[in-house]
Amino acid sequence: MSRSRTPLRRITALAAVSVLGLGLAACGGDPTEGEAAASDTIVVGSASFPEAQIIAEIYVQALDAEGIKVESKTGSGPRETYIPALTNGELDLVPEYSGNLLSYLDPEATATGPDEIVTALADAAPDGYEVLDPAPAEDKDSLNVTPEFAEANGLTTIADLSKVPGFSLGANPEFAERDYGIPGLESVYGLTGIEFVSIPDGGGPETLQSLLSGDIDVADIYSTTPSIVENDLVTLEDPENLIAAQNIIPLINSDKATDEVKEILNKVSAELTTEDLLDLNAQNQGPDKTAPKDLAKQWLTDKGFL
Amino acid sequence: MRWIGNNTDLILGYLASHVWLSIVPTVLGFLLALPIGWWANRVPAVRGVVLSVGNVLYTIPSLAFILILPGVIGTGFLDPLNIVIALTVYAVAVMARFASDGFASVSPAVLDSARASGFGAAGLALRVELPLAGPVLLAGLRVVSVSTVSLVSVGALAGVDNLGRLFTEGVFTGNTAEILTGIVLVVALALVLDLLLVIAGRALLPWSAGARRVRGGVA
Amino acid sequence: MSVASDSWDWLTDSANWSGDAGIPHRTLEHLQYTGLTIAIAAVIAIPLGLYIGHTGRFRGLAVASTGALRALPTLGVLTLVSLNTGINLTATLVALVLLAIPPLLAGAYAGLESVDPATVDAARAVGMTHWQVLWRVEVPLAFPLLVGGFRSATLQVIATATIAPQVPGPGGLGVYLLGGLAVGDYPRVVGGAVIVIVLALVVDLLFAVVQRLTTRRRVSTPDRV
Repeated sequence: MSRSRTPLRRITALAAVSVLGLGLAACGGDPTEGEAAASDTIVVGSASFPEAQIIAEIYVQALDAEGIKVESKTGSGPRETYIPALTNGELDLVPEYSGNLLSYLDPEATATGPDEIVTALADAAPDGYEVLDPAPAEDKDSLNVTPEFAEANGLTTIADLSKVPGFSLGANPEFAERDYGIPGLESVYGLTGIEFVSIPDGGGPETLQSLLSGDIDVADIYSTTPSIVENDLVTLEDPENLIAAQNIIPLINSDKATDEVKEILNKVSAELTTEDLLDLNAQNQGPDKTAPKDLAKQWLTDKGFL
Repeated sequence: MRWIGNNTDLILGYLASHVWLSIVPTVLGFLLALPIGWWANRVPAVRGVVLSVGNVLYTIPSLAFILILPGVIGTGFLDPLNIVIALTVYAVAVMARFASDGFASVSPAVLDSARASGFGAAGLALRVELPLAGPVLLAGLRVVSVSTVSLVSVGALAGVDNLGRLFTEGVFTGNTAEILTGIVLVVALALVLDLLLVIAGRALLPWSAGARRVRGGVA
Repeated sequence: MSVASDSWDWLTDSANWSGDAGIPHRTLEHLQYTGLTIAIAAVIAIPLGLYIGHTGRFRGLAVASTGALRALPTLGVLTLVSLNTGINLTATLVALVLLAIPPLLAGAYAGLESVDPATVDAARAVGMTHWQVLWRVEVPLAFPLLVGGFRSATLQVIATATIAPQVPGPGGLGVYLLGGLAVGDYPRVVGGAVIVIVLALVVDLLFAVVQRLTTRRRVSTPDRV
């Protein structure tokens, strides 16, 4: 149209437009086609915190090593997001924590021991889904205080917190509402006036920092978090078993759970211990910040799967 | 720095999906906003509606928007489509106003003379109005592109892979390097896309010396 | 539709309207963060913007740096700062102030630039000093665009302050969004979002009135980004 347009201009225009276009085309994996995975592919999801992602990656790589088609979609948000995503077919397999999974699937459930929970889960699993063998590995919410605070207030169990009226407790936001959280502390242990502080990092560095600096008195930290040992934190005992057993257990779409898949996952579960989780988390949160994928590969190699 | 070296695949993967999730809503929003803006410029009542609906849409908190879409339109809970749709809506909301302003900036005298020289309605819109509205459209596109790149990261809270994952995952492990990497890449991506738009604009709109200055572009 | 009716139930449940976790208190917190953010951002951005607009210096730099600021992902800034601070508002305020600066700055310098140079020359000709030109001529004439900057900054901050509870400490209306997400309570997410939208629209209306009162001519505001 314009006589003033020089060839150079025309070339730069074409270049700029084609770079934009390439941006559109280059990233071949159209993210909007996430659900297009072939029907025999097992899509593995997980909760968004690192440990769940590491275990999910272990599942992915263990299955992949045996030639089973898998797709990794880890870090899929809280249970309230990834279980609906599982039952509507976006995901096929997730690593779960037995006690919390049971109370999610059946809020009326009363089981707290590890074996009772697994038995109850067999019935409570959504239609078309099943749990496989639980791992000996366990990771559950635990309430921790600094050694100084424990000594000053004479704390060894959760019940002792009644001696510290108006204490503050830092935890993930859901802790304010879950049965094992604030409601349970009030109804089971009779604690009152708890000041709840929402710290959405799954008992991670911000929770720890807040506890050590005295911003909060009590911190909900997952029991396999290395910072508990590293900082000599006192984990308050739970004589009433408010916090149920939480063994790692795979929850899978029965259509995808062939004998071969089950065998592989059960073998993985049999090998996975609480010490392994502590060690994996330590590497994930330590100076190297090793990624879940790499940690999974390393664990599978150490255990002879790869 | 060592963390970046050890995790380049992860970072590049997030970057690639971030590019996608940014460009698609920007382009879609631009294309959808053109006819809306053109119509709004014709009919003052439509302009009023477009501007106020745009205002309302733009006040929807992005996280809430992405989270509630599955419940409203039946997409999957983890579907990146949720982000694409939400960001496209924001893009249209902003871009329609610019488009309307852009078409309004075309001098009526020019339109008259174009009509007199035999342009039909479609030819007039596409070959006269559109190019002349170009500088304002470009300014709008730049605003939309920068804000979309930055907003995509919120999608990480809804479980969708993009550079925002470096923020949500970095918090869990106290990884400052990871979060900084994410911030730097998001800003860099926004600036690169903006630069491409400026270059494209200068080349495609050579008559507009002010292509760089209309309403300050992204500023 | 059940999400809609459940959300309506949540919004109209009187239990959600009282106490520290109630809607009025959360709204108040939200407005506090917004007000504090805008105040801090204005102290930084307005003098800078007036200086740039008045002198015409550093304009290119201002355009480039506000562009870069706008590209800053708020979630990233929030998480980065929160890793290095305790349970307080620091991270929230840093992230939101950075968000509010570009529209305020742009409103200030674009406002002064919009003043007819002939008017400024005339003011100088009658012997006004730099300060008098700025305060008696430029600022009053630039007022609509200045207010426009405040308007778009405030709306952005209201909508974005919802991600504040992603770090320890802050409350505000985002608690309903992130808390609802954490326990899968979507009606609460929707209800919280509705309140944010209503709040934003009310504030927007107030700004529209102020703008209408201070200008006869219709001025479009810089858009929220």
